[in-house]
Amino acid sequence: MNKTITAEAQIASNIVSAKISARKVNVFYGDTHAIKDVSIEILDRSVTAFIGPSGCGKSTFLRCLNRMNDTIDICRVEGTIELDGHDIYDASVDPVQLRARVGMVFQKPNPFPKSIYDNIAYGPKIHGLAQSKADLDGIVESALRRAALWEEVKDRLAAPGTGLSGGQQQRLCIARAIATAPEVLLMDEPCSALDPIATAQVEELIDELRKSYSVVIVTHSMQQAARVSQKTAFFHLGLMLEYDDTSKIFTNPDHEKTQAYITGRFG
Amino acid sequence: MIGYLFLVLLLAAAVGYVMNRATARAAIAGGSARFHSLAGFHGAYALLLTGLPAVLFVLLWLLLQGSVIDSIVIGSLPETEMAGLDAGRLSLIEAEIKSIARGNIFGTPEPWKLEAAERYNSLRSIASVALWVATLAIAAVGLYVARSRISPEFRARHRVEAITTWLMIACSVLAIFVTFGIVASLIYESIRFFDKVPITEFLFGLNWEPQIALREDQVAGAGAFGWVPVFLGTIVITTVALVVAVPIGLLSAIYLNEFASSRIRSISKPILEVLAGVPTVVYGFFAILVVAPAIRSAGAALGIDVAPNTALAAGGVMGIMLIPFISSFTDDALSAVPRALRDGSLALGATRGETVRKILFPAAIPGIVGGVLLAVSRAIGETMIVVMAAGLIATLTVNPLDSVTTVTVQIVTLLIGDSEFDNPKTLAAFALGLMLFIVTLALNLIALRFVRKYRELYD
Ligand SMILES: Nc1ncnc2c1ncn2[C@@H]1O[C@H](COP(=O)(O)OP(=O)(O)O)[C@@H](O)[C@H]1O
Ligand SMILES: [Mg+2]
Repeated sequence: MNKTITAEAQIASNIVSAKISARKVNVFYGDTHAIKDVSIEILDRSVTAFIGPSGCGKSTFLRCLNRMNDTIDICRVEGTIELDGHDIYDASVDPVQLRARVGMVFQKPNPFPKSIYDNIAYGPKIHGLAQSKADLDGIVESALRRAALWEEVKDRLAAPGTGLSGGQQQRLCIARAIATAPEVLLMDEPCSALDPIATAQVEELIDELRKSYSVVIVTHSMQQAARVSQKTAFFHLGLMLEYDDTSKIFTNPDHEKTQAYITGRFG
Repeated sequence: MIGYLFLVLLLAAAVGYVMNRATARAAIAGGSARFHSLAGFHGAYALLLTGLPAVLFVLLWLLLQGSVIDSIVIGSLPETEMAGLDAGRLSLIEAEIKSIARGNIFGTPEPWKLEAAERYNSLRSIASVALWVATLAIAAVGLYVARSRISPEFRARHRVEAITTWLMIACSVLAIFVTFGIVASLIYESIRFFDKVPITEFLFGLNWEPQIALREDQVAGAGAFGWVPVFLGTIVITTVALVVAVPIGLLSAIYLNEFASSRIRSISKPILEVLAGVPTVVYGFFAILVVAPAIRSAGAALGIDVAPNTALAAGGVMGIMLIPFISSFTDDALSAVPRALRDGSLALGATRGETVRKILFPAAIPGIVGGVLLAVSRAIGETMIVVMAAGLIATLTVNPLDSVTTVTVQIVTLLIGDSEFDNPKTLAAFALGLMLFIVTLALNLIALRFVRKYRELYD
């Protein structure tokens, strides 16, 4: 019995290899030590959930993965984080290029005050992904289709993105991130500002995206983590206490703090 | 004398405050019933009741005292002397009596005038005593009322608030009335000007040569009063100022807001604020002593004919003055763009520059335009720099290397020296002032609309 599970895990890890591997990552905001010695292997073509009480450093760690922490003056990152085996904090890596490969979706939908079309076309234009107008149209359409938004907005691409509903705005932001053809998609509580129906749509979308991307999602909803993710990491006070298959974390966690958190006894 | 009276009133009010607060405190400490208001509010109530009515009374009294005494004195002059005098003569007699009363006696005035002066003096001293007595009585009554009101039920807290609310209303009404008064006088005097000089000539005339009628037989309107060249000068200088201020202010604000580290920001922002605090007169002599000679020698080196006081010098220095103005508006507009938009753009792999150009700047543009328009209206109204550094002769030119004059400069020169008040030259200043007022008002209104629009965008 025990043996079969390990065997299965072995096979699984062979199929889906590590996309991102972080080793001994420490993050400081000035004197605040926000992330302490976190090491993690994030798999390709799967969804990894970060859970944990507020302020435990989930967002901070997530922002290390696309170097968004560089934009915060007082923030300092130590340790190594590799994407496909290359250190992303190496001097030769341009953080701006990196962010095209590691897309990010934020907690609150943040469409630009531009048309729906321009919102999606923004990234591809900057990175020169389209050779022609027709090319760009194609990229915009496919991004919107993958974000399951095409049918709803195809007749009003010139309308402002800020005029959409909250759920549509969030899917627009996901489409915008997809349009730069990233390999990894980071999502920081992408559903916390959405109603249940919009949440369900986004969750469905995440499940769909798993086929082509490595998705990392921060969430405060245990159900959501259980529904959409294959791997779950539990953070607590800047430490990553536990990282395992989602099914394991939610049925039989090793750590008592994890147990307490998922059963709602603190957090 | 009046100063002492106000001092005494202030003292009385303070005493009222302390007394009432102490009494209320004692009563509260006695603890028989729960007081509605804290002791401090009972004290404040006494302060207001003691001070406020008395001060209002004094102000009213001072407003009326002069004319009341005058009319009593005039009324008691002997009928025989008064018969058949017109208003002008009457006011001369009045002035004479007052000057006698002050002790300035020239020649030998008639005995009835001396008598009147004496009456005038005695009335004044009576009035002064009466004022003291009445004021102190009012203060005392106020204090008495406030003290008698100390009780658990009395809502001193609300009363104090109601009184201060009325006080604030009175102050804002006063401010509004003053504004209206100024505008009304501007319009009134301008209409008098347009009686003498046709409004079409003023608005469309291409010559500005205001002359005074030196002799009786000269025609008063012999000078030319076409404001076009004057206003054109203002526009030229304003344009130069904006050409300097807008790019520098804009770019420095963008740099400080979006690119600079917090250390650089913490050093440079206060420096820009110092620039905003430099008095315009200092800019003025900077313009004459440094910038104008520099431009002249540069012009000489290049073989270009440069006037001694160029629009370029005055406008350029005015532009420097406007830099902090523009940069602070740009700063506000950029800061108002939510951080989420910045992050969203950066997370898509845009550089900071691309983020500023494509996301922040378009979002901030209404605020920036509003700021620029306000800067324009300041440049148009700016006086000291141009009085010092711009020319006096109105020439119809748009060449910034020429000497031009501005509306504000002309207003100042028209009013310098003593000319009669109904002279078109003097009245022309009001007409120019009115035009200036209309232009800046319109600019401010448009600017406010812009600023409001961009606020709505993200609220
Ligand atoms: N920009 C920042 N500057 C300073 N401290 C920060 C900043 N962002 C986060 N922190 C601190 O880092 C810790 C982790 O925050 P965060 O990563 O946002 O937690 P979570 O996303 O798990 O709620 C918190 O203590 C927070 O106060
Ligand atoms: Mg967070």
